[in-house]
Amino acid sequence: MSVELADVVVAQPATIEEAVALAADAGARYVAGGTDLIVNMRRGVTTAARLVDISGIAALKTIVVEANGAVIGGGVEIARLVGHDGIARLFPVIAQAAVTIAAPAHRNVATVGGNLCLDTRCIYYNQSEWWRRSNGWCLKNRGDTCHVAPRGERCHAAFSGDLAPALLALDAEVEIAGSAGRRRMPLRDLYVEDGKAHLTLAPGELLVCVRVTRKMDAFAYEKIRQRGAIDYPLAGVAVGLTMRERRIADLRIGLTGLASYPFLAAGLENLVGREVDDDLLKEIDRAVQRQAQPMRTTLAAAHYRRLAAAAVARRLVARLAA
Amino acid sequence: MHGSARPRKRLLRVEINGRWREDAVLDGALLVDYLRETVRLTSVKTGCDGGECGACTVLLDGVAVSACLTLAVRCEGRSVETVEGLLKQGRPSRLQQAFHERLGAQCGFCTPGMIMASEALLRRNPHPSDDEIRAALAGNLCRCTGYVKIIESVKAASEASS
Ligand SMILES: Cc1cc2nc3c(=O)[nH]c(=O)nc-3n(C[C@H](O)[C@H](O)[C@H](O)COP(=O)(O)OP(=O)(O)OC[C@H]3O[C@@H](n4cnc5c(N)ncnc54)[C@H](O)[C@@H]3O)c2cc1C
Ligand code: SF4
Ligand code: FES
Ligand code: FES
Repeated sequence: MSVELADVVVAQPATIEEAVALAADAGARYVAGGTDLIVNMRRGVTTAARLVDISGIAALKTIVVEANGAVIGGGVEIARLVGHDGIARLFPVIAQAAVTIAAPAHRNVATVGGNLCLDTRCIYYNQSEWWRRSNGWCLKNRGDTCHVAPRGERCHAAFSGDLAPALLALDAEVEIAGSAGRRRMPLRDLYVEDGKAHLTLAPGELLVCVRVTRKMDAFAYEKIRQRGAIDYPLAGVAVGLTMRERRIADLRIGLTGLASYPFLAAGLENLVGREVDDDLLKEIDRAVQRQAQPMRTTLAAAHYRRLAAAAVARRLVARLAA
Repeated sequence: MHGSARPRKRLLRVEINGRWREDAVLDGALLVDYLRETVRLTSVKTGCDGGECGACTVLLDGVAVSACLTLAVRCEGRSVETVEGLLKQGRPSRLQQAFHERLGAQCGFCTPGMIMASEALLRRNPHPSDDEIRAALAGNLCRCTGYVKIIESVKAASEASS
């Protein structure tokens, strides 16, 4: 067994309140599917004295589909999202993104909350302990220099979850439970652009559920990755589009894998009222290229990821408008 | 630090390949280590340092999971199946037989994981298409066969079970 897990104590609460109380201590961490956390603990980049296993909390596992919206529990497994009738009917883009996450055995246990709270990724970070040690560690873990941007002050590891861009395009809201009670906020406020601390959750806060309402007509998600399965996105793009009389009435582009947080492309409101023609697609391409500034955190060239993101955005907008 | 934050063992009660057993396990023990070292089911392989290869795939309550990412204590009161459990009176199952006859295994390292992932598929979908087989085995890597023979093996097993 790896050293990092040898000393850990596992608590298995049955309710959200118990979980929050157990996670309040320093050194406690939530584990849901464990498909990110256990890997990171085995590699020694994440440590915990106590794991609060939330996989047995029934209240986190419900999917409620309403007339024009849905509430998805933070503990809902990705595989359930993929096969859910109500989600497929109202929010096919969520299922589209979900089915691209990891591989089937991961999706059977991996959760929505874990996907949204996924650690950021970098070729200098997602490595074994001896690999990182022989490279002098790095700013995100134990070291003081970033090998990606050595003169910089911060970590540029990329947020690489697949659900977030789709949920951002859907204007999702998240509900958070902590020792001070519950709060709700837009999903975008869950993130800040810092590879070392990209979540705004206070220690011990739990993502209880995600709320989505259908406000736009058509959505799509597509990711570029090395292999056709398993791999994280090198660039992931979700588009939401509403057309009125052949003109854009509303357009959102959610991006992942390109920065330390998932984000919505800015300035698209300027395109409202336009037809989707070659000029418009070029403008979208330029806007995405300008805003997606990936760093050299993957084996694939950063330049390629930027071009790929723009190309996918253009392609999805054209497809949804057709 | 909290008073209870000491490594501790607990009694784990779990059904493995149809038989209940109890063992003392560390809280942080991974299912793969428990199965290999305590239960001595060495079909369950460790092919990577976490989640990348599928060689440790087992069934937990009939669902395929990576044993290397699963805490053993999470299996309390549940059923775990490994390829050893597919034998019936010492004879290989139809799926195992198909891997044997169709050369779905070469070095054999990925094979237990491949078979358990395929078993999970065939239980919910007895006659999968090639694409469904590929999708179900997408997380299982093989360095030897080039996958064609593996897909043929699963296909052959599904055809034999008409
Ligand atoms: C080989 C491999 C390939 C992968 N490929 C992809 C991919 O293509 N796309 C992708 O998006 N992901 C991928 N993943 C990562 C992972 O499988 C998924 O992101 C998954 O959804 C994570 O969920 P989990 O429940 O397993 O998270 P865990 O590992 O249990 O937790 C991850 C983090 O979130 C925190 N957390 C979990 N739940 C909550 C909650 N409710 N509230 C607050 N914090 C919480 C944990 O404390 C931890 O810090 C891959 C993983 C592996 C091993
Ligand atoms: S971006 Fe820099 S600091 Fe962050 S993980 Fe990579 S090398 Fe480390
Ligand atoms: S040992 Fe490689 S996925 Fe578990
Ligand atoms: S048969 Fe050798 S790895 Fe698959």
